[in-house]
Order: sequence, then C-alpha cells, then structure tokens
Amino acid sequence: MKNPYLPLAMRADKIVIETEDNNIKTFSLTFLNKEDETGFNYLPGQFAQLSILGKGEAPFGIASSPTQSGGLEFTVNKAGVVTTALHNLEEGGIIGIRGPLGNCFPLEAFEGKNIVIIGGGFAFTTLRSLINYILYEKNRSRFGKVIVIYGARSPGLLLYKNELEEWEGRPDLGLYLTVDKADEGWQGKVGVVPNIIKEVNPSPENTYAVACGPPIMIKFTLPVLRDLGFLPERILLSLEMRMKCGVGMCGRCNIGNKYVCKDGPIFTLAQLSELPSEY
Amino acid sequence: MKEMKIAKNEVASFLDTLIREYKVFAPVKRDSSVVFQEIHSGSEALLDYTNSKKPPKELFSPQTERLFSYDLSQEGLGIEEPPLAEKQRIIFGIRPCDARGLVLLDNVFSGGVYKDVYYIDKRKKTLVIALGCNRPSSTCFCTSLGGGPFSQEGSDLLLIDIGQEYVVQVITDKGEELIKKRNEFKEAEEQSLSSMRKVTDTAEASIKSKVEVGKVKEKLDGMFDDPFWDLVHEKCLGCAVCTYLCPTCHCFDIVDEVIDQRGERIRTWDSCAFPIFTLEASGVNPRPSAKERVRQRIMHKFKYFVDNYGVAACVGCGRCIKECPVNLDIRAVLDSILNR
Repeated sequence: MKNPYLPLAMRADKIVIETEDNNIKTFSLTFLNKEDETGFNYLPGQFAQLSILGKGEAPFGIASSPTQSGGLEFTVNKAGVVTTALHNLEEGGIIGIRGPLGNCFPLEAFEGKNIVIIGGGFAFTTLRSLINYILYEKNRSRFGKVIVIYGARSPGLLLYKNELEEWEGRPDLGLYLTVDKADEGWQGKVGVVPNIIKEVNPSPENTYAVACGPPIMIKFTLPVLRDLGFLPERILLSLEMRMKCGVGMCGRCNIGNKYVCKDGPIFTLAQLSELPSEY
Repeated sequence: MKEMKIAKNEVASFLDTLIREYKVFAPVKRDSSVVFQEIHSGSEALLDYTNSKKPPKELFSPQTERLFSYDLSQEGLGIEEPPLAEKQRIIFGIRPCDARGLVLLDNVFSGGVYKDVYYIDKRKKTLVIALGCNRPSSTCFCTSLGGGPFSQEGSDLLLIDIGQEYVVQVITDKGEELIKKRNEFKEAEEQSLSSMRKVTDTAEASIKSKVEVGKVKEKLDGMFDDPFWDLVHEKCLGCAVCTYLCPTCHCFDIVDEVIDQRGERIRTWDSCAFPIFTLEASGVNPRPSAKERVRQRIMHKFKYFVDNYGVAACVGCGRCIKECPVNLDIRAVLDSILNR
C-alpha cells in the first residue's frame, strides 16, 4: 500500500524570477532518485503538493508538460508561509513533492477539436502545460486550431515571456496577449480578458474553451463565452481551494459533494452548475 | 456461531488473558469523565457507564498523529516513516454507535483510490468488542440513523448485559476465533436469550428521539440557498466541540513542527467550524461566516456524505447535543429542515 503522505525529494536546479514585481518564480525541479521520476506520470491540469520541510506544504499546478523530458516545473506566487519559504530557497535546495494529484484536462475529448485557452495572471501555469502538450510535435496533429488569450495587469507580469515569443511565431497557434495597462513598446492588446475574447470572437463550432484566472476574470468571462455560443459542457475551469491532504480525506476543499483535490481541480461549467457556488 | 454467554465475574480475568497477547483498550474513569485508554489489568475496565466523552475514534484517527519525522541536517529530505502498530489490539466496551462510526470512517480513509496507511493499519490490527446500551441517554437517537443500542455493525463481538452475565453475539470470524477456545464462554441457553430479548426491547423502546433522516437528504438537495441558514447559525459560537466529539468527523490539518534540526509532520483534528479552515493565502475565504460553516457541517453529514457513500455521517450518539455550550441541538436542526 502506497503511503500518500510521504513526499519524494526533488532538487531545485534552476529558479527564475518571472515577473517585474519579483513575486513570482519558476522552479525547475529534478528528482533525486531516478525511480521516482519514472513513477511520476502526470498530464496537463494536474497538481502536486510541494513541501519545504519545517515550513509545510501547499498545492501547485504543474507548469511543465509531460512531453518535456527530465523534471518538473512549478511557478509560485509568493503569498503565504510555504510560498515564502520556496521563494527563499536557493538553487540546489531540496523540495518535497507529493503527486501527481487531481484530474487532468480532458485530453481525449479535446482530440480533433479546436481549443480556446483563456488565462489571466499567474493562474496561467497549467494552461502553459496544456499548450506545450498540444504543441508537442507528436501530439499537434491530434488537436485542431488553438487560440490562446492571455492577460496580465501589465506586460511585466506576464509569465513565460520566452515561450510567448516563440508561440507568437507559430502558424498553428493564435496568440492574443493583453494587459490592463500598457508600457512603452507594448505590441499586444490593451483591455481586460473578457473584452479581448469578444474581440477575437472565436467560433464555438467543434471547440472547447478552457479558462484559468482570478475569480473576477472568470466571472466576466463566462457570460462572454455563453453569448458566443459555447455550451457549459464545452467550458472547462480549473479551481483552487485551500488544501491539506490532497487526497480527499482532510475535508476542507469540498464544493458540495465534490473535493477539488480528488474530483477536480478541472470541472466543466456544466458540472459546476450542479454544485453550490461556494468557491 | 450461536450466541454465547460469559458470567460478569469472569470478564476481568478474560481481559487479563487478552492483555498478555494484545494491546487492550477499554473505558476507564478519569477525573469526572469516561475515556478509552489502554488497560493493564482486566479490573480497570469500567463496565457500567453510558458513554465516553470523546469517541474512541481517536484510537484510529488520533487527535495528533505523526505522519513522518525528518532530520534537517541530512542530505535530501531525511525522512523517517513512523513505525506501524507493533501489536494486535482490542477495543473492549465500545458502544455500538461508535463501532458504527468506524465503519463510516472506513469510507473516507480506506474506501477510495488513496489509502490512509496509518488509519488502515490500526483498523486491521484491532478487534472490536462492543457493549450494548441497556440505558440509552435522552440525547441518543441512533435508531434514526440505521443503528441501534445493540447494532452489530462495525463490531466483531457484541456483549449484552442481562444482569449476572453477558450474552455474546458473535458477529465475525475474527470474533469467533477469539472466544472459541476459551472456556469462560458457554453457549447461551433459552433462558439467557429470553432475558436478552427483554433487555433489548426495553432499551430500544426507551429511545424517544426520532428524526426522519432519510427525508432530510431530499430536503437538503434543494436547500443550499435557503434563508434557513441565515438564522440557524446565529447562536453557534464556532467552538467546534461538536466536530471534535463526533465519531464520524474526520477533518484534519497537517503542520510541520521543528525543534533544532529534528522535525515532524503531524496531523491534528481540525474543524469546519473554524474560520481559518478554508481561508486561503490570498485572503479569499469561501466560508467566511458561521452561516456557511454551520451549513457545511449539516450538508456534509446529511447530504454530501450520503451522495458519496450512500449513508449519513452521523450515528446519533448525541455527544454534540450534550456538549454544545449553547444548546444547538442537531435533532432540532434536522426537524426544522424537515419542516421547511
């Protein structure tokens, strides 16, 4: 019987500051034991519990894609005790990991479909995993057109800038970047994400929409998608709640009779409409 | 196996023989209340009591439990797993409601994809000998929840007090194995069985509290946004005693504690009654007031648990009624729900 509470050891090989406010860092982690790496099979949308021993543990979406070899990547916004400890870690430091946890994006259902990916702020992490998974050479033909609409408050707060540049040049992906407030040299759009969706006007035909972002963005995005004709079954959201165990036992991340940790974090809007709006 | 019996004055010596082989837990008197703890002599066990203040769930899901320890001075994580239970265990004298509570907890800790190795280890290594309730309290409502003062669910053996002796109902093979070679146990003859029936009928009839729990779930299905929740929480202090003392409440927190370089990751009972239970580092709290928290407790027990496992997360032990500092009686709450 596998003990779900024991973390595996990973080393932080690279730690990069992502944003101009220095509040978000991306950690590239490698398993200390090779067997742990082969046993860690994940898909885009899943999350893991990261530990700094002595400080505690918190859940984070996996930002890397399983199509990339080697370790895992996590992008962490400094907010509480564990994230502060992670930010204080130096390269070479050791992190504990439990996972992969939760469900993934419905990749099989996505096959042969177009996908509109909508992200806001630092919630872009598992969306980045999904995009890289789809763009992977051997996967790309399984999926239709991909549109990415990604916004942040300012250009300096966008994540994964090198990748965004690379995606910009790809013919098989429509990338729309937007900021609330532009600076000099900003080439993208200005305006909140829901307005940009309206402007891009993606067709709901044979298409799924995936949205991750702050609650306020989600709140105003959903009516836009509905007006465009997206069915609730074709709209996916990734949720966050405070978690401890990550395996459906500690009892705090439930929304109605579902636990975000084990039944989620990915839900369709149709599923969420059956649940109380307590999140 | 047929019903057996054991004379009351032989129980202590029976327990003494068990203590040689097993770690035996039984109700004992400590200060003014009854608690379950390990006994080292059969005579320590309290046989005449109503129920313990804290449910014996803590023998399986302890109030604080080490998940692992670690040494920060070591390379890597330096994790050491705690040892599992070294000895087979027996709980003697647990009430049928609490034994049933364990069956409900099994759904959470061992019924899904993930297995709680610490809980499961203790469950597997424990034999449960229950003691039927001849004198249920005024706060007992086990019969409304599918249990009863002599419910067998969750027990290996059930003892029923008929005066000078106990009738022993043999429920599982494990239970049968334990007593079959012991000559303190004799086959119960008709006279004992008829006394037993008298005792059980009287006890069952004495439970006056009845709640139609089956219908509560139907009501709750459509009640999340009902104004009912605006008022029902008003006197709740958020002290969480109802959840701590509940034999089916299982929520826990996980924290790290470090002294010098030695650390432990421990879990402790936690409660949906506390504001920080769901407070996120961002400052968002999906259950910001007592209204949402009281609703969560009732919904979890009588709707969500039923949705997920087909049974309510309540055994009707009445501890939350007895110990609530503001007399927030769950039976009354359920009755009001039924009257919506």
